[in-house]
Amino acid sequence: MAKTAKEPLIRLSKKDGVSEVKAWAYRGVAVIFGFLFVTLFMYIVIGMEPVTLFETMFEGAFGNSIYLSSTIVYATKLLCISVALAPAFKMKFWNIGAEGQLLAGGLATAIVMIYLGSSLPNWLLITVMFVCSILAGAIVGVIPAFFKAKFNTNETLFTLMMNYIVINLVDFYCNKWRGKASSLGELNMATRAGYLPNIFDSEWALNLIIVLILTILMFLYLKKTKHGYEVAVVGESVNTAKYAGINVKKVIIRTMIISGAICGICGFITVSGQDHSISSLTTGGGYGFTAIIVAWLAKFNTIQMIFISLFIVFLEKGTELISNTNDAFDASASKIVIGIVLFFIISAEFFINYKVHFRKKHEA
Amino acid sequence: MKNITKSFGKNVIANKNVNLDINKGEILSILGENGSGKTTLMNMLSGIYCQDSGEIYVNGNLVSINSPKTAFELGIGMIHQHFKLVDVFSATENVALGLSKSEKFNKNSIKNKIIEICDKYGFEIDPDKKIYDMSVSEKQTVEIVKVLYRGADILILDEPTAVLTPQETKKLFKVLRKMREHGKSIIIITHKLHEVLALSDKVAVLRKGEYVGTVETKNTNEKELTEMMVGKKISLDIERAEPKNTTDRLVVKNINCINYEGVKLLDNISFTAKSGEILGIAGIAGSGQRELLESIAGLQKLNEGEILYNNPKTGEVDNLRDKTPIQIRELGVRLSFVPEDRLGMGLVGNMDIIDNMMLRSYRKGKSVFVNRKKPKGLAEKIIEDLEVVTPNAKTPVRRLSGGNVQKVLVGREIASAPSVLMAAYPVRGLDINSSYMIYNLLNKQKERGVAVIFVGEDLDVLVELCDRIMVINSGKITGIVDARNTTKEEIGLLMTKTDSLDTQGGEE
Repeated sequence: MAKTAKEPLIRLSKKDGVSEVKAWAYRGVAVIFGFLFVTLFMYIVIGMEPVTLFETMFEGAFGNSIYLSSTIVYATKLLCISVALAPAFKMKFWNIGAEGQLLAGGLATAIVMIYLGSSLPNWLLITVMFVCSILAGAIVGVIPAFFKAKFNTNETLFTLMMNYIVINLVDFYCNKWRGKASSLGELNMATRAGYLPNIFDSEWALNLIIVLILTILMFLYLKKTKHGYEVAVVGESVNTAKYAGINVKKVIIRTMIISGAICGICGFITVSGQDHSISSLTTGGGYGFTAIIVAWLAKFNTIQMIFISLFIVFLEKGTELISNTNDAFDASASKIVIGIVLFFIISAEFFINYKVHFRKKHEA
Repeated sequence: MKNITKSFGKNVIANKNVNLDINKGEILSILGENGSGKTTLMNMLSGIYCQDSGEIYVNGNLVSINSPKTAFELGIGMIHQHFKLVDVFSATENVALGLSKSEKFNKNSIKNKIIEICDKYGFEIDPDKKIYDMSVSEKQTVEIVKVLYRGADILILDEPTAVLTPQETKKLFKVLRKMREHGKSIIIITHKLHEVLALSDKVAVLRKGEYVGTVETKNTNEKELTEMMVGKKISLDIERAEPKNTTDRLVVKNINCINYEGVKLLDNISFTAKSGEILGIAGIAGSGQRELLESIAGLQKLNEGEILYNNPKTGEVDNLRDKTPIQIRELGVRLSFVPEDRLGMGLVGNMDIIDNMMLRSYRKGKSVFVNRKKPKGLAEKIIEDLEVVTPNAKTPVRRLSGGNVQKVLVGREIASAPSVLMAAYPVRGLDINSSYMIYNLLNKQKERGVAVIFVGEDLDVLVELCDRIMVINSGKITGIVDARNTTKEEIGLLMTKTDSLDTQGGEE
């Protein structure tokens, strides 16, 4: 049992307070490292030159008006969901159910479009759609919150399960509506009833404006209002919140109503303003989860979310073009690229928070 | 034959230059108040923490304990205060959990070995019983057996008797003595003096992370140990004005509080807090101080009793029991509460000083927006008046030192012009200067006619600062004394006065 004494090789200690500027510098360096790794990866796998790689990525994201509008549409959606998640995550309520809440809003919108499309004037129809989408999103969001507040259930599992319920509900309606057709297609194609108007000659401008307004409102809500203050206190420490006399249950329920409602609005603008149809892919194919990363990276600051969502969609659209033009590189490989870059950014968080000490070489 | 010497030099001063040694077949007690670093020290020995400096020797070899696994390999086993058992497993299965991979998982052979161990040391245990069916004492037995099964020669028990009835404690001690006969070394962490004297061979005393010394049990007595534990008298000079125009402000009548495990946290507590007076509460940490204050603040549900508040404004009497903190506020009752756990309860660590200022007052006004103007003014005033060392008012409280955090908290509570001010360990971890500033603040509040309730650990301060001192032990009042005519020793004895008078431990 003769063990020699050795300090551990690597020891971690927590850093205290890194300035915001420095933190972003860390992240910037991480992005650079991430891209270096990506270029290496791409060179080895498909033999793509680094310069071509970046050219293709920029081309795919911003190259022409079609690519550009696609990037904006997706970034808008990602931003909207991230904004919806911000208050819940700030409260440390792990809302994994954005997919379901968004689809619930979208489904409510589609139902109103189909069943009331011909009987209501357009402005009233859109208003009803809007209200119903908010209600639907909020209801799906508040159910796990209610159980969390009353019985302290695990919100991660609960919100996740709610996703499956709503996804299958959407599939059920899609199958019902499409009848014998192969897919649902555009709803109310002939009458365009319940379509959000195009402004500035584009389909996405109105959506973008709505989402930017929500982003600013949420920023103010979290930073400047009493509600936002309560959310922050509950997120930091439930004990402190109770000590301060905050009704924790009420705050949890209220915050999830808001979170779910904004997801519902996202469903509404997607169905009414963009797709004019619905399917379980209305969420952008997993944006409800991608938004969690956005919310975390932005530290629940919704203004920062604008840039982060744009960056992630840039990666996605850029690599999409690479996979479209390269046989050796399919769509799943583009996910690998995004994964690599995100992984580097997230590891930057580790170095922002911790300092690494190596064993000193003394009395060796 | 076996010597562990251990010295540390930690910046956070959880432990500072501690030296311990224990021989084979010996029981060593580690004595000290809560927060004196007993558990930290033992965690280093059992591989949960790693010491910053200093050396540990086992059997004369210098070792480095990086993980609980290494500790096991060295024959060190720890029995934690909070059991680490899997509820749905049986005793045997729990023991099997920590076995090394090379060992074959054979339930029957494990079971037989457990029975063997039990017979050897005199444990009584049913190896097939599920943990959730067990009493606290049985669970503890499983923990001990688990450690012995793995071949531990050095056992560390962290406050093992805190959860036991007197009868169970007796049984435990019998077993421990038997283990000593078999050559095991036992380290027991406790703050119950009579247990120390009854059980151990040697006593090591810690105070505020510092090693005071080790004494042979047979050469010492309760008084000497208390002195070592509490420290030599430091001459303090706290101005103490005579209470003026005292009236009964808060009358607590027969309150009882039982937690979900059926342990009585507060046992029939009755007292009166008067305006213009500082009522000290003394007792070993964890004797119910926290629960008492929290029940007055509306944070702790009571099983029986009432808390009557004589409202100086309306002249009415309100019962605070079972009211929420908000309701207590709305009644016009002004309780300012400096909780024990400053950053976990009184303040929000990641928020800046301004945001923390409004924690209890942000609701004021009808606007949906928070008004940060007043809190900002208050923050700046407190920083200036109380000499808070901080870059500015926008610094997260977490980054301030302990003393400054406390100033922020006490400053905020006093700013709400309370009529009852409760402070739990307000000077814990503070240097002398900051401590005095807090004492002065409390004294000023007393002169303003506030009823101050002060929970303290330093008996010297309690004796010099308070007007009356209430001593509690295990949730019961063991005496209320006049601070002007008492001694530290008297309070110390009241603090540890237990089982001889405690007849109800085993009943239920």
